[in-house]
Amino acid sequence: MLKVSIYRYNPETDKAPYMQDYEFDTQGKDLMVLDVLELLKAEDPTLSFRRSCREGVCGSDGMNISGRNGLACTTPLSEAAPKGKLVLRPLPGLPVIRDLVVDMEQFYEQYKKIEPYLQNDTPAPAIERLQSPEDREKLDGLYECILCACCSTACPSFWWNPDKFIGPAGLLQAYRFLADSRDTATDERLSNLDDPFSVFRCHGIQNCVNVCPKGLNPTRAIGHIRNMLLARAV
Amino acid sequence: MVTTVTSFGRSGVFDWLYQRVTAVVLLAYTLFIVGFIFFSDDFGYESWSALFAQGWMRIFSLVALLSTIAHAWIGLWSVVTDYITNRTLGPKATVLRVVIQLLLGAVAVYYALWGIDILWGV
Repeated sequence: MLKVSIYRYNPETDKAPYMQDYEFDTQGKDLMVLDVLELLKAEDPTLSFRRSCREGVCGSDGMNISGRNGLACTTPLSEAAPKGKLVLRPLPGLPVIRDLVVDMEQFYEQYKKIEPYLQNDTPAPAIERLQSPEDREKLDGLYECILCACCSTACPSFWWNPDKFIGPAGLLQAYRFLADSRDTATDERLSNLDDPFSVFRCHGIQNCVNVCPKGLNPTRAIGHIRNMLLARAV
Repeated sequence: MVTTVTSFGRSGVFDWLYQRVTAVVLLAYTLFIVGFIFFSDDFGYESWSALFAQGWMRIFSLVALLSTIAHAWIGLWSVVTDYITNRTLGPKATVLRVVIQLLLGAVAVYYALWGIDILWGV
């Protein structure tokens, strides 16, 4: 039997959050954490969590799984509960709406700040704006982000200053557009980042790299942004 | 862009660079002092006092002292603006943060003047 402990909070009825324990029969299968949640919800329909694609593409079911942020749909029990105990909490640092559902507003607000779209002030060509294979390669490891927020909510700098520090997810996307040969707003983008909070609250502890379910490296991208700021300033 | 008026250089990249440059100065000073203590043949009051009687040593010491102050300000400012904020402590945090920053500033000025007094006073 698998022991499952889940963070429960319904602001309409509960004064404070609490941990609810469930017993779950895996029938010897190495299920994904999301499967366990779905089957528990069939028994207890009040249990709330987000999910959509259930295959690690949409980024809806980011949560804290036995102390480590990850996607419930791609985390097997053998990894999350090797000793038969699974602990599920919402992503840390963000306000809880209900149970495992968090308010992502602060996260999206930071994403919005970096203007996550291509900006080009030259006349639009008749065909697509072309890129050399080498320039296209520079975007690998950046464009794959699914905005699940596992990285930013694992970052202490984001916990303390979610209104000022862009956070690893936003900065990875900031670099995705800084590195894009078709984007002409590089200087404006860098000017918007050159303050003591937006980029420089990153102290390189690499929690983001450690938890990213897509295996991306925001710390490296932040290093590139820092080098671009430095090259421009000295 | 986040506007701050109490960070050291007002710019993120300036603070970042300055913290690294001052760290190198402090490393050089520490290695020099430790080296002097362990590798001078007749280490004692005479050699120590002769070392600090030289102009370049006083300048080097002053640069190290000012580096310490800048380095500490950038680091402690980060700590204060992480933990002593309205988010963590409520609306009174702003007053507390200003008081702490003023105290840190006063200590920095006092140490700078005291250091100059010691270096050029003997």
